[in-house]
Amino acid sequence: MKLLNYTTGHLAVILIFLLGIWAVIFYFEILDEIYDSMDDGLDNQKILILRKARQDPFLLQKSEFEDGNYIITPTTANISKTYKDSYRDTLMYMENESEYEPVRLLESVFRQDGNYYKIKVVTSMVEEDDLRKELFISLLYLYAGLILTILLLNRYFQKRTWKPFYKVVKNLENFNIVKDSNIEKEETNIEEFKLLNKQIGRLLDKTVQSYRSQKEFIENASHELQTPLAVSINKLELMAENNDLPEKAMEELAVVLSSLERLTRLNRSLLLLSRIENRQFDKSEEINWNNLIKQFLIEFKDLSNFKNLQIEFEEEEEISNKSNKDLAGLLISNLLRNAILHSPAESRIVIRVKSREIQFENPGNKSLDPTTIFQRFTGSNKKSSTGLGLAISKTIAEALEIQLSYEFRQDKHLFRVKF
Amino acid sequence: MKILIIEDEKEMRRNMRETLEKEQFLVETAETYKEAVNRTGVYNYDLILLDIGLPDGNGLKLFEHLKKNGYTDSLIIVSAKDSLDDRINGLNLGADDYLPKPFHMAELNARVKAVLRRNKLDGAQVLEIGNLKINPERHLVHIEDQELELNRKEFDVLFYLCTNKNRLVSKSALAEHVWGDYIDQADNFDFIYSQIKNLRKKLAEAGATIEIKAVYGIGYKLVIL
Repeated sequence: MKLLNYTTGHLAVILIFLLGIWAVIFYFEILDEIYDSMDDGLDNQKILILRKARQDPFLLQKSEFEDGNYIITPTTANISKTYKDSYRDTLMYMENESEYEPVRLLESVFRQDGNYYKIKVVTSMVEEDDLRKELFISLLYLYAGLILTILLLNRYFQKRTWKPFYKVVKNLENFNIVKDSNIEKEETNIEEFKLLNKQIGRLLDKTVQSYRSQKEFIENASHELQTPLAVSINKLELMAENNDLPEKAMEELAVVLSSLERLTRLNRSLLLLSRIENRQFDKSEEINWNNLIKQFLIEFKDLSNFKNLQIEFEEEEEISNKSNKDLAGLLISNLLRNAILHSPAESRIVIRVKSREIQFENPGNKSLDPTTIFQRFTGSNKKSSTGLGLAISKTIAEALEIQLSYEFRQDKHLFRVKF
Repeated sequence: MKILIIEDEKEMRRNMRETLEKEQFLVETAETYKEAVNRTGVYNYDLILLDIGLPDGNGLKLFEHLKKNGYTDSLIIVSAKDSLDDRINGLNLGADDYLPKPFHMAELNARVKAVLRRNKLDGAQVLEIGNLKINPERHLVHIEDQELELNRKEFDVLFYLCTNKNRLVSKSALAEHVWGDYIDQADNFDFIYSQIKNLRKKLAEAGATIEIKAVYGIGYKLVIL
């Protein structure tokens, strides 16, 4: 739910109650005021009638309302003495509406020429149900108007006010920890957004810093491992060379050596990986990828012959661009080695150069998981493999700004390098 | 031939020394920048092995110092920081080779001999071993004046084993040296075995008086019969 809708929703509920209470109070206030002025009017009329009656005693005979709004009836002195003016509501038949309608009635007594009279003056009164209805409808309009205004104003202000917020969110979305060191932020006068920008900036600084130091840590750790590894391997080599160990011990030594060598390969791969990630590479050398592939096909000839693999190189096009020779060579050799290692003996590998793409195709029984294949330590389940070959290939592809993808089709693994 | 090893790690120094002494080199060692400066100021060496990660001063600076003071003989940089920059800087300064740690003893041996052969003997040396005569420049092998036909890789394997004759050469050292980084996976060691088998066959057919012996699961050793 958007903040705008949330606040408007709450405002709508609160406004219903506020306007409701206000309407009740307003209704009674208005009613009170109306009665007050009506009663004043009745009193005034009474005085006018009495003044008229003194000049025209005939008026004292008016005992029916008919066309007038008063009646005068004789009364006794006893009643008169204790009588007080009273205002009350009553019903009277209205000819125009053919029904009883509420009226306001003033009853009073007076004395004229020694006789006592009672006078009743009426005035038509406001119809309360009509008033309530009108009030309710007006309130509805007011309510709708208020909500609409709030919505429109919010929308207008949101565009302006929330701009820095949306900008920061959008930039966070596009933030790439490998490339960017921080994000661009919109200048704002609003304290909350200033705070948000500041804290996001700080958080990103810290994250980038720890990401970098982690990468550097891997690189440094790998460096530090080199010397002890060298010492251990060399000691064992010298020990094995001295020929004074029993056969059993030599066999064990062979196992230890091969484990250490595996560790060395792993360490080298990690070092290579972090070095590619941590460094900028010069990409100004003109590389002919077709020639590069040919060169590596020669390098790998012994290995592919040993497995009786048939490697076909289909050059539909020629690709050359400005790139980095070391990285390009590593990428091609990694992919070629990968294809050779994971192909069954006596099978067929196809390397295809298309207009903007190089394909490495080798037979396989089932698809590898394309989502994890390029992650570290997930590619291969072979014990001897470092599990970093494809991760390195992917990292190189990123460094060279080309795309590396994997798919499985028609019982073939297909690695595609797109330019 | 006199070699100076400048390396701060004690065991590393010992290993390198032992390996090179087995090859009849005269080996001296220095542990620090200062010691290295002192030694090179007094003695002459045919080759210096320099670890550029010295604790009390950058090895490259030591190299600059050596050059300034007229050292013109061979120098191989040894580094745990297998970084491109170091490699390029070192080679630009005129180092003869660059050896990243960890390395195999056989590789150290081969590099040292290759540099010395190039610089001291103008590369014209013909290596005689058993009844074989190997010309590394022209990639030719003769057995009793008969040329032995070898392809490039077979030659490389044979020459590497000959450089390290009577020494244990591990399979991975051989693979790295001959096939480069491209073939560094353990499951390719069957492949190396098959290459060795071919080579053995050719040597035996030509009546060579050397033999490539397998050493358990570790590697091979070339011996003169």
